Order: sequence, then C-alpha cells, then structure tokens
Amino acid sequence: MADVITYRAAVSEGIAREMRRDPSVVCLGEDIGAAGGVFKTTAGLFEEFGPTRIWDTPISEQAIVGAAMGAAMTGIRPVAEIMFSDFLACCWDYLANEIPKVRYMTGGQVTVPLVIRTANGGGLGFGAQHSQAVENWALTIPGLKIVAPSTPADVIGLMASAIRSDDPVVFFEHKGLFAGKGPLPPADHVVELGRASVVRPGDDVTLVALASTVHTALAAADELERDGISAEVVDLRCLIPMDLTTVLASVGKTSRLVTVEENPHQAGWGATVVSVVVDEGFELLDAPVRRVASANVPLPFADALEDQVIPTTDKVVAAVRSVVNY
Amino acid sequence: MSETTELLDLYERMAVIRRTEKAAYDMFLAGLVKGTTHLASGHEAVAVGASAALRPDDYVFATYRGHHHALARGATPEACLAELMQKSTGLCKAKGGSMHLTHAEGNMLGSYAIVGAHLPMAVGAAWSARLRGTEQVALAFFGDGATNIGAFHEALNLAAVWKLPVVFVCENNLYMEYTPIGAVTAVDRPAADRAPAYRMPAQVVDGNDVVLVREAVAAAVDRARAGDGPTVIEAETYRHYGHSRTDPATYRPAEEVERWLKHDPIDVARARLEALGVAPDEISVVDERATSTVAAAIAAAKAAPDADVAEAFTDVWADGGAQWRM
Ligand SMILES: Cc1ncc(C[n+]2csc(CCOP(=O)(O)OP(=O)(O)O)c2C)c(N)n1
Ligand SMILES: [Mg+2]
Repeated sequence: MADVITYRAAVSEGIAREMRRDPSVVCLGEDIGAAGGVFKTTAGLFEEFGPTRIWDTPISEQAIVGAAMGAAMTGIRPVAEIMFSDFLACCWDYLANEIPKVRYMTGGQVTVPLVIRTANGGGLGFGAQHSQAVENWALTIPGLKIVAPSTPADVIGLMASAIRSDDPVVFFEHKGLFAGKGPLPPADHVVELGRASVVRPGDDVTLVALASTVHTALAAADELERDGISAEVVDLRCLIPMDLTTVLASVGKTSRLVTVEENPHQAGWGATVVSVVVDEGFELLDAPVRRVASANVPLPFADALEDQVIPTTDKVVAAVRSVVNY
Repeated sequence: MSETTELLDLYERMAVIRRTEKAAYDMFLAGLVKGTTHLASGHEAVAVGASAALRPDDYVFATYRGHHHALARGATPEACLAELMQKSTGLCKAKGGSMHLTHAEGNMLGSYAIVGAHLPMAVGAAWSARLRGTEQVALAFFGDGATNIGAFHEALNLAAVWKLPVVFVCENNLYMEYTPIGAVTAVDRPAADRAPAYRMPAQVVDGNDVVLVREAVAAAVDRARAGDGPTVIEAETYRHYGHSRTDPATYRPAEEVERWLKHDPIDVARARLEALGVAPDEISVVDERATSTVAAAIAAAKAAPDADVAEAFTDVWADGGAQWRM
C-alpha cells in the first residue's frame, strides 16, 4: 500500500521539499517556528531548517507580508503565513495595492516571487471571524495567482509550483481538510498552476468545485449516481490562472453546469466561471446554470446554523436535480 | 575626492532636481504633464545627502513624493520627465507615473503611494540582505504623516526585534497634506520621538543642509552595516510648492514660508561652497550645466513617442504577459 499523508502534514512536507532544493526559500509568520504553527502545518520545519530559515514574527500582519514583499524583490523566495485567512484583511493593502501592482506599475522592473499561505474556510465552528472562505477576495485583484488544493498530493504539488513561481501566489489551505488523508506523492511531484483536474468523470452534469467543495461535490455525485445521474466533478485547483478550457470541455460533454463554492454567493468565483461559460459556451448548455455557494450572511457559530449557510451535499444534490430535470 | 569636489557634485545633483521639479510644475500647468505630481522642491538635500551616504548596492524605498529619490539614485531627468509626460521612454514605460518612479538598476525599488506601505518592504529588503549574507543596507524615505499609520510601527518594531540594517529617514516638512503634523500627533517629533519606544536611536537633523544629512545618514548606515540595527533620522525640511498638483498651500502662514525659503537647501550648500573658497563663477558653471542638462531632458522627453498602447497588457506576470485564464 502506498504511503499516506494528512493534508496538514502535506503542507510542511511541500514546503520542506522546496526548502531542501532552494536555499533562498525562507518562511515567516506567527508561531510557525518551534510551535509548528497553530494548525501544525509547519511542524518539523524549525527542527530541520533552524532559525535562519524559519522566522517567528510578532502579530504584525502588515510587517509580515510587507517584509516578505521586500525580501522577494531582493533575491529571497519568502513563504509568509497569515494564520487565518480572515486576518488577510489586516494586511489587505499589500494584497490589493502593493504586491500585485508593483511589477506592472514599474514597467516590469521588479519581480515578487512570494507565497502567502493561509488557513481558509469553515466547517470547524470557529464563528464569523475565523471561518470565512475568502478566496473570492483575492479573485477581485488582477496580479495575484490563487491556489486552493483539495488533496494532500495537490498541496505538495501545488506548493512546489507556488514557491517556484516568479509571480506572487496566495495559497489557501482549507481548515476543514487538514485531518484528511491521501496518498503521499513521489519526490519531485509538481502540479502546474492553472491546470484543473477532472476528479470524477461523468456525462449528465459538470460540478466545478474548489478545495473543500470538491469533497462536497464528490459526495453529491455518489448520491446522484444511485438515481442514475452521472456527475462529472472538476477540481479547479487554482482560481488564477483559471482553467476554463477544462470547464468548457466538460460542459461540452454534459451540457449542464453547477458550481460549488464556499465563498459567499455575492461576487463568488463561480460567477466568473459562469459568465465565461454562458459567453463562450452558450450553445453547449441544455439547462440554466446553478451556483451553490455560501449564503450572503456572516458565518454563524452553531453547527446547525453553519450548515444552513455553507454548501452541503444536500444542496448540491438538489441543484443538480433541478438542472437535470429542467 | 576633495571635500570641495564632493560638495560641488552634491550641489549639482540638487540643482538638477530643482530644475526637474520646476519643469514638472511648468509642464503640468501647460497640460503636458497629466494626473498629479507631488513635487520635492525644498527637499533636495534629504535625497542627495542620504544617497551620498549609501553604496550603489544598497536599497532605497520612497513615496509618491519621490522624484528626488529616483534622480538621486541615478534615474535620468529625461526618463523621469518622460514618465510624467506619458511617453514610451518613461522610467516605467508610462505605466507608473509621477507617484511610482522606480529605478531598479540603481536599487531604487519603488515609490509607493499608500502612505507608509513601503516601510515594511524596506525591512524585508534588509532582512533579505541579512539572509543572503551581504552587507547591504535598506533605506526608506517617508513623510511625517506616515508616522501615524500602523505599518510604520509594525516596521520599526520588526526591524528592531530582528536588528536589521535599515535606516528610516523621515522628511518632516511639517504638514501631512493640508493639516500641520503637530495637530494630529501625540509627540513633538513625529519620527524621532517614536524611536525610543522601539529601543532605536534617533537623530533630528537639518534636512536642508546636505552635509549634515549625509553625516547623519552615514553614521546610521555604518551602524546598520556593522550589524547594530536600525536607526531613525528625522530630517526637518519644507516643501516649496503645495502638497500636489497646483495646491497653492494657503494653509501655511506667510511668515513660516518666508523663513523656510530663506533656508533653501541649495543656498545652504552654496554658502558652504563659498566658505570653502569656491568662486561664484565656478558655482555658476555648475548651475548652467544643470540648466542645460534639464533643458535637454525636457526637449528629449517632449520629442519621445507617446506610450505604447500594447504595454497596457504586459508586465502583470513574470513571463511578461497578462494571461489570467487557460
Ligand atoms: C493610506 C493613505 N492614506 C491617505 C492618503 C492620502 N495622502 C496622500 S499624501 C498624504 C499626506 C502624507 O503626508 P506626509 O507623510 O507628511 O508626506 P508629504 O506629502 O508631506 O511628503 C495623504 C494623507 C494615502 N495616499 N494613503
Ligand atoms: Mg509631510
């Protein structure tokens, strides 16, 4: 049996593989050193690489990301951790105004090869300020690459590409997936940025999903199969570059599209997917498209309330039935 | 180089900046410079004095009031004026404009227009120098107004905690935009009085005396290079024009303006030259050379082709392009 690894351990494994091959890769963030990170996603790195490569910072989100930017412009490949993606708001200037623009506004004079990793999403009952899926925040900004893996192997393969990328990458690790397990990929496993994966082939409907919702979509596909509905599940893996070629090819086969998004419905990433599909693939469609996304409310604390708000298997199944029976 | 030759060189650099700023102002009124400008006439000694204390491989980060910093680090008046005039030969290919002059060849790594945002970047560049084992120093110029934004405090704390080779140079021109800095700041010296809170030495210096600025910055740079950590320099200066564009700056008392105009950094340098025995004729030669340098730059910038429209879609990513989807 192949070795298995948790999604959580895949994060540190992915970083460690890159740190071993490139001495310019350096990590910084709150509690990431001896403590191994609040989610233990950097466990073991401090022991292997020591304090000159793994840097504990003060609670200074602007200084963390701003310093990473300055270091990236001057020959380092920093991997900065923002503990919870909600806290990106505290350093949003760097994601909205500085990092994505500096190359462009200087006419290409500087390069910013950095990764900002962050624990994203709900499902753990952390309440409104520690549970949001904010991948759509990043999607509003031209100049950021956006990664959100759904499996341990993809965490490792996409981490390799993110760290090697000469462009800035925001890397969303999903809190609800940390404990999940999957096969440990071989050394040198690299997943190119912007390549979606058809994780389950099907004929009747295309489910486009990302990170945690890939698992929701797969569970829904299992349930639908019992009723003879064959769902194809596309794991987008990255929001930028967005692999719309794979999505359009899938819709060409199934003629129906449902997006499954954890970010709020308002300005969620599915809106971009849908707009391109109806624009470039209108003739492919046999039914209206549906978006299953989080409701446009803050994330509530209680499990029962959170279930009301975020996408669930039942909601995806219902959406698929509505387009299949159209 | 003798003291006299060196000072003549600094004088000429300041004279070129003064004339370049005057050209920018005149061409703004003539409609040849669009958007906005934040001119640095009156601030020349800070840029030139500090730059004279740096090595070519040291890093400089500046603000939207940054023409003088780009010029002091070797950007040509022609490339700066061409940028302001939206010409393809502009320093940033006409994609940055007045507020984002950048001369990466001279390790002048950008002018940033979100107040204070570049301070953590300078900390990161200094951290990078430490990681790479070079003896480079990072220097950030910023306004008095920037001392009241969070990024300033996060940057100072991190620089102090990691004992990084950074020099923080505040150009205290007594005003943020239109509000006197004293009216909105809890301490008398907006930068220098904050330094002790971060156990950092600070020095207040006459920012209109290029020799004193050079000495103060040289001491801070030596300290930084020796591994003794960051320093704050607060250089007292005054802008000759309004805050931006054509702001007539009527909020400044006439008596105050007059007092500062009598303490013009170019006059101060000239007096020093005369005290060293340099003949007025010799200074006139330098003045005339500065005038013709800038006149030639204006002519060349005017004659240059307009911005290349194809450049709208370059330089987003490190591959030179702007592709966001597959
Ligand atoms: C975060 C932020 N807030 C407000 C502004 C608008 N603004 C531009 S310049 C300026 C004044 C800055 O004053 P100071 O730091 O003293 O620099 P000076 O213009 O005097 O050189 C303000 C408020 C801005 N650009 N960024
Ligand atoms: Mg000011």
